[in-house]
Amino acid sequence: MPAPLDLPGPAGAPAPAGLPVRAGLGLKPAHFRDILETRPALGFFEIHAENYLVAGGPFHHYLSEIGQHYPLSVHGVGLSIGGEGPLDAAHLDRLAALLDRYQPAAFSEHLAWSSHGCAFLNDLLPLPYDRATLDRVCQHIDVVQHRLNRRMLLENPATYVEFAASTLSETEFIGEVVRRTGCGLLLDVNNVYVSCTNHGRDPYAYLDALPLAAVGEIHLAGFAEDVDAAGDRLLIDNHGSPVAEAVWDLYRYALAGSGPVATLIERDHDVPALAVLLAEAGRADGALAAAAAPRRAA
Amino acid sequence: MSAQAAFAAALVDPALPCPPGLLAWNGSDPARRFAVYRNNVVVSLIDALADGFPVVQALVGDQFFRAMARRYVVDRPPASAVMAEYGDDFADFIAGFAPAAGLPYLADLARLERCRVTACHAADAAAIDPAQLAAALADPATLPDLRLALHPALRVLASDYAIVALWAAHQGVGALAEVHPGRPESALVLRYGLDVEVIGITAAAAAFVASLAAGYCLGQAMAAAGAHEAAFDPTAILATLIAKGAVCTVCTASARHPQGEHHD
Repeated sequence: MPAPLDLPGPAGAPAPAGLPVRAGLGLKPAHFRDILETRPALGFFEIHAENYLVAGGPFHHYLSEIGQHYPLSVHGVGLSIGGEGPLDAAHLDRLAALLDRYQPAAFSEHLAWSSHGCAFLNDLLPLPYDRATLDRVCQHIDVVQHRLNRRMLLENPATYVEFAASTLSETEFIGEVVRRTGCGLLLDVNNVYVSCTNHGRDPYAYLDALPLAAVGEIHLAGFAEDVDAAGDRLLIDNHGSPVAEAVWDLYRYALAGSGPVATLIERDHDVPALAVLLAEAGRADGALAAAAAPRRAA
Repeated sequence: MSAQAAFAAALVDPALPCPPGLLAWNGSDPARRFAVYRNNVVVSLIDALADGFPVVQALVGDQFFRAMARRYVVDRPPASAVMAEYGDDFADFIAGFAPAAGLPYLADLARLERCRVTACHAADAAAIDPAQLAAALADPATLPDLRLALHPALRVLASDYAIVALWAAHQGVGALAEVHPGRPESALVLRYGLDVEVIGITAAAAAFVASLAAGYCLGQAMAAAGAHEAAFDPTAILATLIAKGAVCTVCTASARHPQGEHHD
């Protein structure tokens, strides 16, 4: 059992302010200048940490400028929290330096692994949900939260296979990680829809089984359609299209459980003009406002 | 072999079977689902290389480039999660890639493109105050012992091929058909403002800048350039370096050794 954490929070030093309860966008180099010239009304920008683990140059220049006008969220994609081996201490040090430099309102990573031995595989790979994996993931999250001296948010995965070795459901596994480590949840609603479709589950029941009170941020994205060997739908989490209607429905349901929470529109492929993404962010803002409004009697 | 070792090995080697212990809810063959991961890993890494080597890709065509990059990805997967660091030895790989032997300049073009990526992300450094530099350069007696610290983003690449003209033709400068690939060219790569620039320089100037960048003083850099061009005049290249903000500090050092060899 990992040692209890003494993280900054109500009992200790003041916690970071957290992301504003508004919609945000992933920060894309193609939009750097447009953002600074037009300063769109937006809650926050999120970066992939690994894109900014470089010494200097235009990425840091623009991030520094944009960070003066918007809260930032740092989203790691390479820490391999689910990896069998120990965490990469050098990578964690570089992350710590990045967070120190930009003081983001949130830091998140994935329930997945992406490195093995000396090789980085550049994908978010799936884990069996058993006791040994649970212990290891919790231990890694403890290390991360201590080293970064902040609470992290853990993102639920999009997966394409399940493991015969699993003894817990994904929601049981995530619930136990949150309980043991005190980390928060980055609820990726698209991942919920993708994984539940891919594994024949009810996404609404999946949400009901999660500790939604721990949600500190929500991700929305688009998926691609494929089929498996039986001809059943196999959805690919590719961040290459607008958010699907089924995911918007699921998002509103999630907000009813979590309350309004900072929401990111993720788009990593076929990135359209900033205005197109701002329109999607506006739709998320509308859903957030509706979720915050007093409920009318039935 | 651990479960993740078996999973990782099968990801990059399509000859290996789908790893054991995988399930699909409908009882379908998990190999079809595992193929999604295989595709994600290999395609995302090929895409990362394509981002960093657009002119190499244009020179050989998408299909050839992706087949070559696939071999590289499988043979030499990245060691770091920072994709900007991936591809340092892609040029070496290309030099040994037999199907590309018909394009002997391809490896140096890849070296040039790699220089551009590393220059883009190199550390920031302020240019020297022009008055301070002018004062240091004013006394002919101390010139040979001057050491100029160049910007961290600066790179020099000397080639037996026309790498600058080939690269420029892909930026819309000059016609590709008029480039003579076998003409030796040298490139100065630097970051000016936020933009990475590629500047064609003589072999002597390249030797001069490379010598300065290695920490040698002006006199030694002149000697290095003189091996290429007996009457080498550094005025033009120094003016370029100064105009592009590529000189960061200057000092007079009596010891004629590269900075890296000092341990005091």
